[in-house]
Amino acid sequence: MTSPLEQKKIKIAGPSIVTANRTWDGIVVYRTTAKSWSADLSEAAIVRNSDEAKALLAESIADDVGAIGPYIAPVQVGADGKIEPGNLREQIRRTGVTIGQSAQA
Amino acid sequence: MYAYDEIDRTLVNERVSEFRDQVKRRLSGELTEDEFKILRLQNGVYLQLHAYMFRVAIPYGTLATNQLRALAHVARKYDRGYGHFTTRQNIQFNWIKLAELPDALEDLAKVGIHAMQTSGNNMRNVTSDQWAGVAPGEIEDPRIWSELIRQHTTLHPEFSFLPRKFKIAITASDHDRAAIKIHDIGLRLIKNEKGETGFEVLVGGGLGRTPFIAKTIKHFVHGRDILSYIEAILRVYNQYGRRDNIYKARIKILVHELGIEKFSREVEDEWQHIRNSSLEIDDEVIEDIRSRFTYPAYEKLPHMPDELRQAAADPDFEAWRKNSVAPHKVQGYSIVTISLKPTGGPPGDATAEQMDALADLADKYSFGEIRVGHEQNLALPHVAKRDLPALWKALDKLGLATPNVNLITDIIACPGLDYCSLANARSIPIAQELTRRFANHELANLIGRLHINISGCINACGHHHVGHIGILGVEKNGEEVYQITIGGRADESAALGTLIGPGVKFDEVADVVEDIVEAYLALRERPEELFMDTVKRLGVEPFKERVYATR
Repeated sequence: MTSPLEQKKIKIAGPSIVTANRTWDGIVVYRTTAKSWSADLSEAAIVRNSDEAKALLAESIADDVGAIGPYIAPVQVGADGKIEPGNLREQIRRTGVTIGQSAQA
Repeated sequence: MYAYDEIDRTLVNERVSEFRDQVKRRLSGELTEDEFKILRLQNGVYLQLHAYMFRVAIPYGTLATNQLRALAHVARKYDRGYGHFTTRQNIQFNWIKLAELPDALEDLAKVGIHAMQTSGNNMRNVTSDQWAGVAPGEIEDPRIWSELIRQHTTLHPEFSFLPRKFKIAITASDHDRAAIKIHDIGLRLIKNEKGETGFEVLVGGGLGRTPFIAKTIKHFVHGRDILSYIEAILRVYNQYGRRDNIYKARIKILVHELGIEKFSREVEDEWQHIRNSSLEIDDEVIEDIRSRFTYPAYEKLPHMPDELRQAAADPDFEAWRKNSVAPHKVQGYSIVTISLKPTGGPPGDATAEQMDALADLADKYSFGEIRVGHEQNLALPHVAKRDLPALWKALDKLGLATPNVNLITDIIACPGLDYCSLANARSIPIAQELTRRFANHELANLIGRLHINISGCINACGHHHVGHIGILGVEKNGEEVYQITIGGRADESAALGTLIGPGVKFDEVADVVEDIVEAYLALRERPEELFMDTVKRLGVEPFKERVYATR
């Protein structure tokens, strides 16, 4: 996983979000426009250029108690505004493991 | 089994109390994640894709039934009802809440289980042969020495901040079931010409980005000197091991760059300073540890009881017995391997219900003892042969009698991209598909011994380099791609596999393995010629040609 520090240097290639894991229970969360964390990807704040991404990441890192390991991840935004993960890793983080029985809570 | 003393119990309990306070301070914001990370790692807590992963040590792979029930309890109460047995005699839980971890640790501490040094740059769980103490022809029980090293290295200040993680494995049999040649230090118990117990010491093995097979650094170190010799190796590593580059920090790189001769001289010089010191092991120390290992009161039993003779008429029982039951050092008993590789299942997973039921079976049929092997299977080490038919029926009801031990579907696989934050590709779905493709036990038996190892990234937790067929998942242009190696092995003749060509796509992996297997079946000279024998005789070219002829 790319560290947040390294991510500060990267340029984003498309719509992106900041994701992390909630500190007390570790579940996957997304940084929202309300400067909080949500487990619902549809509530994630979308950034579209590297300055916006850096700012959102810096704000997320500052909230050290709320969530850990924040990083920028690619998403796809449909014409209807629906947000989908931009790669397999993020798809698995969102929907769970792909291996059957262990996926069930 | 090993009986812990008051010092062990106090140490484990104090550690839980300490961690509970650390977690409390982290959740209140008193500790930052940067400050907390090393503390959680020292207690086996990683952050993975979906949640915190909690890794618990099973020293030398030996579990009592109350310990297995405690692991089932953790799976049920704090996780999602599963545990995942790994290649290093650990168990991992994948969905633990940080806030509940101190409670989980406390529940495990009650039965002498802990998570100390299951992560971080320190001495990891000392592993051994899962058949230790019961294997015929063994020099002596290697767990006695594993326990000595465990006691010496746990929370040892000099070993707590090493350049990188450090792994030791010990075997005492001719056939190496502990994969000692792919460890930082591998120890092989031997007797010298005077009949004294000692060790052949190997160093610098390991897989990952830069794989190496360990080299022998000393042909015989007397048992009384083994701690000082290990400490000498660690001191040289601590002094010269790189700390500026994580990819070059393992001792295997140091050994490779210095050369085994120079490294050996450095160790020898260091050893001469410390060998005649408090590190020299008195016989009483070893005898004390030896006395804490208890062994069953075996009965005098016939070699071939009537129950076994009658059950042999059942082909399903025989199929299981042939692959799962191994000879025991005591007549009338067997070692039973329990496959955690059901068709379509994630390798190494066990449910809380299965763990509880296995504990019951171990109480009934194996003197209350269970073993964990690096192949991600379990074993019952003391089963009377007369009980084998009844045990098989009970295991079958639990879904734990898949007759595939050492066959093509007995696959080692890391958690891969489904769980691991380091992974680039999925491992478990590949294993699942292969177990479906080769679910026909007659075909699997026709193929014979064939180990497939799958890793979801270059870190090689699935030991792909030493799989007879190794599969490494990488990421290329946003897609999962799998590189195939042939000819690796992790036993006493350990070797690294050879890459056969360009990587293939996720959906093609099972087809490629089928091609390799078909080529082997066509090329072997007789049914007894195992896959590895054919590879040794012909090299990888015929397999490479078969795989890429139409791709």
